[in-house]
Amino acid sequence: MAEPLIRAEALEKRFQTGGGLLKKPRAMLAVRGVSLSVERGEVAGVVGESGCGKSTLARLILRLIEPTSGRIHFDGQDLTALSNTDLRRQRRRMAMVFQDPYSSLDPRFTVAEVLAEPFRVQREAPPAGRIAALLDQVGLSAKMADSFPHQLSGGQRQRVGIARALAQAPDFIVLDEPTASLDVSIQAQIIALLSELRQRLGLTYLFISHDLGLVRYFCDRVVVMYLGAVVEVLPRADAAPRHPYTRTLMDSTFAPDPRQRKVLRALEGEIPSAFDLPKGCAFAVRCPRASDACRAARPVLEGGEHPVACFHPF
Amino acid sequence: MLLSVENLTVRIGKVEPLSGLSFTLDRGEILGLVGESGSGKSLTAMAVTGLLPLIGGRISAGSVVFDGTDLAALPEARLRPYRGKRIALVTQNPMTALDPVQRVGDQVDIMARLHLGMDAKAARARTVDLLNRLRIPESRTVCDAYPHQLSGGMKQRIVIAMALAAEPDLIVADEPTTALDVTVQAQIIHILGELVRERGLALMLITHDMGVVAQVCDRVAVLYAGRLAETREAGPLFARPRHPYTRALIDCIPREGMAPGSLTGIPGLVPSVAQYPAGCRFHPRCLHADAACQQVPEARPQADGGSVSCHHPMEADHG
Ligand SMILES: Nc1ncnc2c1ncn2[C@@H]1O[C@H](COP(=O)(O)OP(=O)(O)OP(=O)(O)O)[C@@H](O)[C@H]1O
Ligand code: SF4
Ligand code: SF4
Ligand SMILES: [Mg+2]
Repeated sequence: MAEPLIRAEALEKRFQTGGGLLKKPRAMLAVRGVSLSVERGEVAGVVGESGCGKSTLARLILRLIEPTSGRIHFDGQDLTALSNTDLRRQRRRMAMVFQDPYSSLDPRFTVAEVLAEPFRVQREAPPAGRIAALLDQVGLSAKMADSFPHQLSGGQRQRVGIARALAQAPDFIVLDEPTASLDVSIQAQIIALLSELRQRLGLTYLFISHDLGLVRYFCDRVVVMYLGAVVEVLPRADAAPRHPYTRTLMDSTFAPDPRQRKVLRALEGEIPSAFDLPKGCAFAVRCPRASDACRAARPVLEGGEHPVACFHPF
Repeated sequence: MLLSVENLTVRIGKVEPLSGLSFTLDRGEILGLVGESGSGKSLTAMAVTGLLPLIGGRISAGSVVFDGTDLAALPEARLRPYRGKRIALVTQNPMTALDPVQRVGDQVDIMARLHLGMDAKAARARTVDLLNRLRIPESRTVCDAYPHQLSGGMKQRIVIAMALAAEPDLIVADEPTTALDVTVQAQIIHILGELVRERGLALMLITHDMGVVAQVCDRVAVLYAGRLAETREAGPLFARPRHPYTRALIDCIPREGMAPGSLTGIPGLVPSVAQYPAGCRFHPRCLHADAACQQVPEARPQADGGSVSCHHPMEADHG
């Protein structure tokens, strides 16, 4: 099998907080031993709730932040071992689209300036006609080049965010909740645009979202995260979940069809704090299948085609 | 009928963001109010809860009849006994409803003391009861916490407890779960549904999420650019949407087994109030628009109840 485009191995990221006058410093592992791969041309999804480490993982993979430990291979090259010059060269092949089109665009820059920025970082000027071509690719008119972000709607701003990611013709784009702050009507437009771009430009995506329904629609494979760790990898978007947490996520996702109402079960227990994880399985307090074994030790991710980190999977 | 809104029209300064809304809501019932951002959902909530003056707005026509009294015709002083007591509002951001420097238990207690005249001890007993009912673990300890010590889902449950404490007849909940994680959202939606059935409350649930509507609402009112597009029972509305906008909104939600590429969205944007188009306000985005749509469509009553405001309602079965 060919080398995947992205291969992350045992990534860990520890954050320190506090340490001021009054607060004792505390450490938390935002990402705990995450290994994953993204094949060329696929859309790999990462799903999980707020604080599960999705965005930290995204930034680690692009090496926008340094991992505490672990490795990231991009197209066979170990990004964690590259010199700054080599890293800059590789980095133009990767890009990111951020969740919030309101705060990720500098309000003082025109759209044209926003799109020229990635070239400036690489110490180049954008080729003639490139800005207009980028706008066209994302379905915006060339007239918008002189607008400021506040003059655009949320959907238009996110299109500018996508155009900026496309500026240097990357191979790989991390999409970090690109539609989370948009109306469903606009979300659907953006997802349609992203699929079309992927087909036309042969892109590979890592798509991060809290919305399992959307991830199952858009992605080929789905990585499920809970409190910093991968708990399951669905080999196909429509595979039946094996991990109790993934089941809970499924049951919490409502279909637009009153005939498919979910019978909800009361979830006991609060989500544990990432600063103070239990010694066993992190899902045990809320898990209907939890046994003494689950509270005593942490399950590891295993199981070939459809790996799951659980002592009693479905 | 507990709440009966007729031809509700709202003005703020020179603009008319809401025009001629009519809908009803009875005890033991959940009405979902849906539409894209800017369609007028929050303004409808403010009109029903008498809060329009806060933003310089007023009801310029129509009536909001609550338990036999037209609230739209009451002076501010006579509205006060309704607000918070008989009609409670729950908003999206719990921090706007919670006092950051007061313990949450006291904030819930005060509702029963103020509105039901209970003494401190009785009020606390009720608070603990309510928190248990909302499945807040260790409710007595939680009473002593300050808001910042609680998670978002927990804070929202406290706000719901405050709304319930005065034993209102009607709760208007404006996006109560939008800011929460899906598993927490599912829990809160479930609890709200149970409370409505058990206590015979009426709930107006405002959301942009058609999945949430399908999960708990009995009836649905679909709002577009300040007008009602369609209002019907949830079953037929989702199975056979008649208004092109309802259909388009439903089709924006990814479903199990949906073919790739079938999610296309709705072209264009919700217009701003100053730019509401003439005629049917949806016409610039509607695939079925024709010359007739230059006229404002009347709300037409439907054989299976409810009404649809469209010159060319759809008949075909959906999904
Ligand atoms: N104070 C105000 N003055 C003028 N126009 C306003 C005011 N508040 C709201 N509007 C306008 O009225 C329309 C309806 O607004 P509203 O806030 O009720 O929408 P909404 O459906 O609740 O949207 P969202 O989903 O974003 O909460 C919008 O076009 C909005 O810009
Ligand atoms: S390991 Fe145990 S507690 Fe954890 S998810 Fe599996 S069954 Fe539940
Ligand atoms: S009245 Fe015309 S434009 Fe409006 S929704 Fe119906 S068909 Fe579309
Ligand atoms: Mg609103």
